[in-house]
Amino acid sequence: MAQKKPLKVLTEPLFDDNPIARQILGICSALAVTTKLDASVVMALSVIFVTGSSGLIIGALREYIPNKIRIIFYMTVISSLVIVVDQVLQAFLPDIADQLSVFVGLIITNCIVMGRAEAFAQKSPPLLSFLDGIGNGLGYGLILVFVGFFRELLGSGQLWGHEVLWSSTWYERNLFMLAPPSALILIGLFIWLLRTFKPEQIEKE
Amino acid sequence: MESHLSLFFESVFSKNLALAFFLGMCTYLALSKSVKTAWGLGLAVIVIQTITVALNNLIFQYLLREGALSWTGISGASEIDLRFIGLICYIGTIAAMVQILEMTLDRFFPAMHQQLGIFLPLITVNCAILGGTLLMIESDLDFAHSVTYGFSTGVGWALAILALAGIREKLKYSDVPPALRGLGITFITVGLMSLAFMSFAGIDI
Repeated sequence: MAQKKPLKVLTEPLFDDNPIARQILGICSALAVTTKLDASVVMALSVIFVTGSSGLIIGALREYIPNKIRIIFYMTVISSLVIVVDQVLQAFLPDIADQLSVFVGLIITNCIVMGRAEAFAQKSPPLLSFLDGIGNGLGYGLILVFVGFFRELLGSGQLWGHEVLWSSTWYERNLFMLAPPSALILIGLFIWLLRTFKPEQIEKE
Repeated sequence: MESHLSLFFESVFSKNLALAFFLGMCTYLALSKSVKTAWGLGLAVIVIQTITVALNNLIFQYLLREGALSWTGISGASEIDLRFIGLICYIGTIAAMVQILEMTLDRFFPAMHQQLGIFLPLITVNCAILGGTLLMIESDLDFAHSVTYGFSTGVGWALAILALAGIREKLKYSDVPPALRGLGITFITVGLMSLAFMSFAGIDI
């Protein structure tokens, strides 16, 4: 594989190769935690931390990991990192940790982390893998924040817990936006928007 | 604690893992292009889910929870709380179970192994499996209920992927706007299905 430029590694996953919209990775947790903007941001930051540091560790150790047991090895690295995130959240942000409940633990099986370890960190130097992890985390975070923004704004008329749409006076809250299916439909619309501007991503029949 | 029957209906319909919690979405979206593959994957999920949820329940009850080690008779064991390493234990159990099942099938049921073979490794990173375990622990089920829970969430997931595969096979004949084709329209379809499944909420049996 030809070495890519560090900046490109960092920015490509944002729109051109977005993990959710293009690689179909990491959708599971993207949907359930996005009813509120603050929870989405915390989730995005946790995932960025885990993808970045797992890239760094796996990239640094890539020559010592026996090929046959690499999956279990990645799992161990990833779950240790997730346990760190889980403990930090429970200690410092108990409210949000409560809201995210099992989904912090589910970062382990978030396919972005595993997918990037397998596709990139396995054969790239540590710093580049670190950037790739951060970039993919950001691409994931972008969609999370997009969905979280609209769900909180339309669903409860608030942003970051503050009233913005005067929900008490004229704005009738759209409770559908708080229900799980709205996240799927919003991501569907996001993909539509993205592919309208980037026609080269349209799938062939 | 609620009856097994109501737990079964709740986990298959109103609290469906795929459509209400969005677990296992990556495999759900990526492998639902044909009914045949969906069937194989669904079956594998049912088997693995039943075994791992029950097994992880035992691990939690007798090794990890606060005071769980008191049966060992070591002094001070009743104060040991190992819940913080839970994640790494659960994912280890899942990875090991998948491996054992694959070897057993290969040895004794080669025909079934051919059918399920390629799906088994994918299941390790299917968040429906880890999610099932984490949700089981959060709702504090006993052993018998955890068996029912594992089986019924597996059935629910299999049902959801079969339904989506059926819809996607028919969707080939419809005229979708180019930028929405493929992934985009699938997201919206799943959103609508999830909306339909929401109407099962509140049914008491």
